[in-house]
Amino acid sequence: MARRAPQGTQAIQRALSLYRSFTPEQPEHRLTDLAAAHGLHPSTAHRLLGVLEAEGLVGRNPDTQGYLWLPESGYGGGERPVRRNGMRLLEPLRTPFHRRTEALCESDAWRDWSGYTCALNYEPQPDYEYWAVRNTAALIDVSPLFKYEITGVDAERLLDRVMTRDFTKCRVGRVMYTSWCNEDGHLLQDGNVQRLERERFLVSAAEPCLRWLEDCGLGMDALVRDVSTDLGVLALQGPRARAIAEAAIQGVDFAGMRYFDLAGGELGDAAGEDRGVPVTVTRTGYTGDLGYEFWVASEDAEALWDSLTVAGADHGLRPAGLLALDMVRVEAGLVLIDVDYVSAAHAEIEVLKVTPAEAGLGFTVKLDKEADFTGRRALERERERGPAWAMVGLEVDWFELERLWEEIDLRPQVVGEPASREPTPVFAPGGEQVGQCTTRFFSPLLKKYIGLATVQADAAALGTALELEVAVGYGRRRAGARVVKRPFFNPARKTAVGSASGGHG
Amino acid sequence: MTEGAVGTTGTGSGGPERGSGHFDAIVVGAGHNGLVSAAYLARAGLDVVVLERAPVIGGATLSEEAFPGFRYSVFSYLVSLLRPEVIHELDLVKHGLFLVPTASTLNPLPNGDCLFRESDPQRTYHHIARHSRRDAEALSEYKLEMRRMGHLMFKLQRAAPDELAAAVAGHVGEEPDRAGSEVSAEVADIARYFLDLPKERMRSFLQMLTMSSADFLGQWFECDVLKAALSSSSIIGSFLSPRTPGSAYVLLHHYMGEVDGVYREWGFQKGGTGGVAAAIASAARGYGAEIRTDCPVARVLARDGRACGVVLANGDELTADVVVSSAAPQVSLATLLDAGDVPGGAGEALLDRAARWQSTGCAGKVNLALDGLPRFECMPDTGPHLAGGITIAPGLDYVDRAYDDAKYGGFSKRPFIDMIIPSVLDPDMAPPGKCVVSCFVQYAPYELAGTTWDEQRDAFGDAVVRTLAEYAPGIEDQVLHRQVRVPPDIESIAGIPGGNIFHGELRLSQLFLLRPDPAAAAFRTPLPGYYLCGSSTQFGGGISGGPGRLAALRILDDLKRRGAEAR
Ligand SMILES: Cc1cc2nc3c(=O)[nH]c(=O)nc-3n(C[C@H](O)[C@H](O)[C@H](O)COP(=O)(O)OP(=O)(O)OC[C@H]3O[C@@H](n4cnc5c(N)ncnc54)[C@H](O)[C@@H]3O)c2cc1C
Repeated sequence: MARRAPQGTQAIQRALSLYRSFTPEQPEHRLTDLAAAHGLHPSTAHRLLGVLEAEGLVGRNPDTQGYLWLPESGYGGGERPVRRNGMRLLEPLRTPFHRRTEALCESDAWRDWSGYTCALNYEPQPDYEYWAVRNTAALIDVSPLFKYEITGVDAERLLDRVMTRDFTKCRVGRVMYTSWCNEDGHLLQDGNVQRLERERFLVSAAEPCLRWLEDCGLGMDALVRDVSTDLGVLALQGPRARAIAEAAIQGVDFAGMRYFDLAGGELGDAAGEDRGVPVTVTRTGYTGDLGYEFWVASEDAEALWDSLTVAGADHGLRPAGLLALDMVRVEAGLVLIDVDYVSAAHAEIEVLKVTPAEAGLGFTVKLDKEADFTGRRALERERERGPAWAMVGLEVDWFELERLWEEIDLRPQVVGEPASREPTPVFAPGGEQVGQCTTRFFSPLLKKYIGLATVQADAAALGTALELEVAVGYGRRRAGARVVKRPFFNPARKTAVGSASGGHG
Repeated sequence: MTEGAVGTTGTGSGGPERGSGHFDAIVVGAGHNGLVSAAYLARAGLDVVVLERAPVIGGATLSEEAFPGFRYSVFSYLVSLLRPEVIHELDLVKHGLFLVPTASTLNPLPNGDCLFRESDPQRTYHHIARHSRRDAEALSEYKLEMRRMGHLMFKLQRAAPDELAAAVAGHVGEEPDRAGSEVSAEVADIARYFLDLPKERMRSFLQMLTMSSADFLGQWFECDVLKAALSSSSIIGSFLSPRTPGSAYVLLHHYMGEVDGVYREWGFQKGGTGGVAAAIASAARGYGAEIRTDCPVARVLARDGRACGVVLANGDELTADVVVSSAAPQVSLATLLDAGDVPGGAGEALLDRAARWQSTGCAGKVNLALDGLPRFECMPDTGPHLAGGITIAPGLDYVDRAYDDAKYGGFSKRPFIDMIIPSVLDPDMAPPGKCVVSCFVQYAPYELAGTTWDEQRDAFGDAVVRTLAEYAPGIEDQVLHRQVRVPPDIESIAGIPGGNIFHGELRLSQLFLLRPDPAAAAFRTPLPGYYLCGSSTQFGGGISGGPGRLAALRILDDLKRRGAEAR
């Protein structure tokens, strides 16, 4: 049989010869002319030109409707053009670290985070990024957080009004993790607030809250400024974080920094910058491990990335994407807005709303503080009658998994899966549903299947036996689970102060 | 298991003094299996002491800082066979078990090319397809079949068929004939499972017990480099070539391993495999077991036809209700036992068989401290391939020739090398910017023809570095320190006679109910009260903890039965 060119080759050849018809001398053609010149049916030519157009290689002359050569769009050199499908009004949003993360994102797996394109996993699987957080160190771009600077004489008063924590007790150089609620005491968000100066704070939040902050501050001498795009934020997390940070950043006493401390420093010489590049360092993170977050002006973001990667090269530093972050934050027992709880700001129905206590954030509510903060009265009433729900840690032990998979003659098929955010029912043993598990995964570190669940308050005591629905093959089974302490993993190094950086050993 | 239900003698004796005293149980050897046994026995409420001849615990799971700032995993280097039930029942994660997964396997080839396998099967398909599309496709089928075989072994391993052992022993061994007696539901289940196996599965199983791995793999693959790569697991620790019949079983043995339910995954213990022994020891101590080092046992004591303690090399006597030894049979049976103590006059024959147990080592370890990461010609960057296994086995002929050298009493001039770079997996192993390399090397026969290891140790180390340099040019100039360990070193440091890494060849004549002896299968010996729990028992070999656990469960069962009879 004669060898035939594979299907599709012909179309490529035709498209290329069409494209070659456009020259500097003759940059514009009419469809009918082109079709005739190449011996193509006009509909074929139209289809092929349509592809070239979608790829940004040719355009249309709005006056003549003829096809136009777009010489600057060649792939030959420079940056890859942003592909446009003709429907986008907005450039894809990139964090200030994007050029660095893109170069490293071998898997090309991206996820939208607050409109930004963020690496989901850099390698084909997130496993090694996950282990980097627990074993060496990982760099995580968390720039899509919303950031608001609050300045003015009443800045402290504004925060004390909005937040459930007591901001009169927040010293300069400290960060406070807090909740904020609506008038009904329903949780809007949780986030960190840095006190940079007496009259300057920085709120970081998962969702927009400029309007909320401004409205709550009506009549106060406080200015709320959205600095979300002015700053890049990079988290360096893992047991080697301190050694790397010390090598990359000058002017910060990393050994002396306590958990939730804040300090100002500069990029070290390794950055190759002859000017001092200021960086704010907070000893915070979303991993439950030793770690820091670095806050820099967007234009200095790449210099920060570069100094940290140079400093981290000999410490096993890796970039980590959102899948790995989602795994470690479960081990750390940290809740995620709109995954583990629904913000009252967009809960369509009443039953979806929760109080901070019901979302496991009761410790952020300070009813003994002086200020009359938003939601206070409702939360006082809740304290009297007790919360209806509780956020708990669930653990399914290995033998329970073995038992379930034994039914289909397999070993437990649980590793290698990223954390699942599909809510699944939680039952009383052999009985009714008492809640739902909102994030769960098999922790390769702890070797246990763990999850965060919202359950009725009377099913929340430590040690309570419950059942969690799990998919076993095509079936749905109930796995015996226990209520356990959160965090699931809480290494001493997370909060340890003083000891040497431990370059190794 | 109900706690405190067994073994009440000796408890509450208020901590016997060093050098003498009475215990519920004495464990000989603080290798990982001895420690596992001790942990299970102590967990059940027994008063347990572990006696170790060496100055440190761990046996073949040993880590040390042999060169300042550099930690070596001296002998064993990767973990996969460790039983999940041991991990979970002893809560080893809490005690420091920390297994970092290894990413991939790289087989560099002499022509500057390589064979690369990753954990992602799709990507691996494309890597292999460069060499053979047929093999790339066959590989996933092969792996599926091997996972099923692994599962079969898992079933066998877990059932620990006590009655089955007794039944067989009744025919070939010295135990009273229990053939024909009722079997438990568990054993009936396993028997059923085997009888119900699809024909192809049973065929694979029988093939793996008898065939050479080269022939077995030849049924699947056409590409020599892939066959050589896959055959690596069939020779590890065994004085076999991939072309020797029986090597396919060794392959199967390595497919019994799993990490969290996934067969054939490997992990590196943070700090080196000594960390595994340390975690188990910590668990054992947590349950109240005592561990004594520098405490060689010279003899097992017997009275009235029952083991009743041990005599130490320094002459001290310790008494106990049960004694369990994790040492190889040449020690446990041939040395520690007195033939006259074995009931029924079968002692001489037993000791004789034990002394002839095949456990001549053929593998060495070369650990290197390097000034920087090695650069392989086939993948010269310092990418993630350095976080996986790197195997020098570029063809079946290559490995067979390496074996030929050893067959006639020499070490392989161009050896088979299974290498990892521990410091990439765990930066705590070396100072920043430097690295440690672990090379498991074959073949290095226990006895050299016409010369000694003391004369040849350096030449062997040179041969390894020279071989590596063929694939990673310049590595010879990066070496800061070198540790060479050959079978006589394994014998003297880890106390394994002959230095065989598995305490005895994994061949059909030394497996299942013949391991280590038909009269001492399934963890019991003919001397009541004396048990075996090391790698030379059923399913032994490798960092598995399986023998240690099963032996302890057997002991607890027997004690309970004895207690019931006495009442
Ligand atoms: C070079 C090498 C590499 C290996 N690589 C791997 C690997 O990567 N992965 C893997 O899974 N397995 C590997 N193995 C095999 C594995 O390490 C062993 O099978 C396993 O550790 C044996 O454990 P054990 O407790 O049964 O015996 P051992 O570790 O040998 O412990 C027995 C203990 O008994 C002590 N002892 C002996 N006689 C006496 C006495 N008379 N009195 C008191 N104490 C005594 C010994 O000193 C020793 O500590 C390797 C082994 C070697 C040697």
